[in-house]
Amino acid sequence: MLLHLITLWFLFFPTEINAERSIPVYDFEAFEPILHRQSDTLYVVNFWATWCKPCVKELGAFDALERRFPGEKIKVILVSLDFEENIEKQVKPFLQRKNIQSEVVVLDDPNSTAWIEKVDPSWSGTIPATVIYSKKGRNFYEKEFVGEEIYTLVKTHLTKLK
Amino acid sequence: MKVLKFTLFLAVIMVGAINFAFTAEGGYQVGDKVQDFSLKNTDGNMYSLANLADQKGAIIVFTCNHCPYAKLYEQRIMDLNTKYAPLGYPVIAINPNDPGQEPEDSFEEMVKRSHQKAYKFPYLFDAAQDVYPVFGATRTPHSFVISKKGDDFFVEYIGAIDNNTKDGKKADSKYVQEAVDALLKGEKPATTFTKAVGCGIKAKK
Repeated sequence: MLLHLITLWFLFFPTEINAERSIPVYDFEAFEPILHRQSDTLYVVNFWATWCKPCVKELGAFDALERRFPGEKIKVILVSLDFEENIEKQVKPFLQRKNIQSEVVVLDDPNSTAWIEKVDPSWSGTIPATVIYSKKGRNFYEKEFVGEEIYTLVKTHLTKLK
Repeated sequence: MKVLKFTLFLAVIMVGAINFAFTAEGGYQVGDKVQDFSLKNTDGNMYSLANLADQKGAIIVFTCNHCPYAKLYEQRIMDLNTKYAPLGYPVIAINPNDPGQEPEDSFEEMVKRSHQKAYKFPYLFDAAQDVYPVFGATRTPHSFVISKKGDDFFVEYIGAIDNNTKDGKKADSKYVQEAVDALLKGEKPATTFTKAVGCGIKAKK
């Protein structure tokens, strides 16, 4: 009986597995291909960090996108600008607490003056910032998305892709 | 006549568009004259450009207590002041954040921080949040090197302090330092504008 309960617990609360997720750490050169994948998928790349309050506020809406468009070709990549040394003590506990399911990578490259322009020439360097791209084109947003804004925007992009 | 009217109409639209573009861009460009401001320092006194009357210029850094990047640059900001204040380019730090959103950036916390770290430069509070938009600061830290000509100050450099957010010793471009060194030699800075990742300035909602 006890064994069953334990099994049930892990079936319904598999958060421990989530905690063990591995998070790749990239410098910009290694990261850049994520901004230029070639396929029929819509890519939503969101730049955030655990210390950035507006980022944290909008993160849930980004994380929900893949689930809210089942069967659609959409891929969400959450790019954390947290420092590598903070992954274990800050990033992982945060992702577990918020039950974040999307792909997370850490971009830790101290020469941001060199790579900001390569993400988008109009980017000032503040986060949150989001790149939405597909073979139909590329859009950059330096802003905080509130409420259903990101859902509606992604819906428009997905329609264009069809 | 019709053509002339149309041309005039176009001209008006274009001037409007250019104006709009400048407004949308927001803040100083390199070469712009610095408008005076009056902000409260952590010592309780008001601070304005008049305080810089005997200086050659200044290194103005929008920074704050809470931001991880501001913390990483704090020692470098202090070092800039140690090196350049005696040469006529003191550091002026300005906290532009709304403490309603970042309690760590309240005036009281600024006073504490400046005492703890024994800041040798003014740490001003943009309480009304009407100075940072004039500069066009968007993040912390965000630096502006200004120099004096006659009675006025002009913007010489806008951007990052150096090109290594985590470790100044590993930075191979020290933009602010290079800009001030050039100005001290009577030259124009080679690099006048850079971008860097920082914490977005928290505006009152």
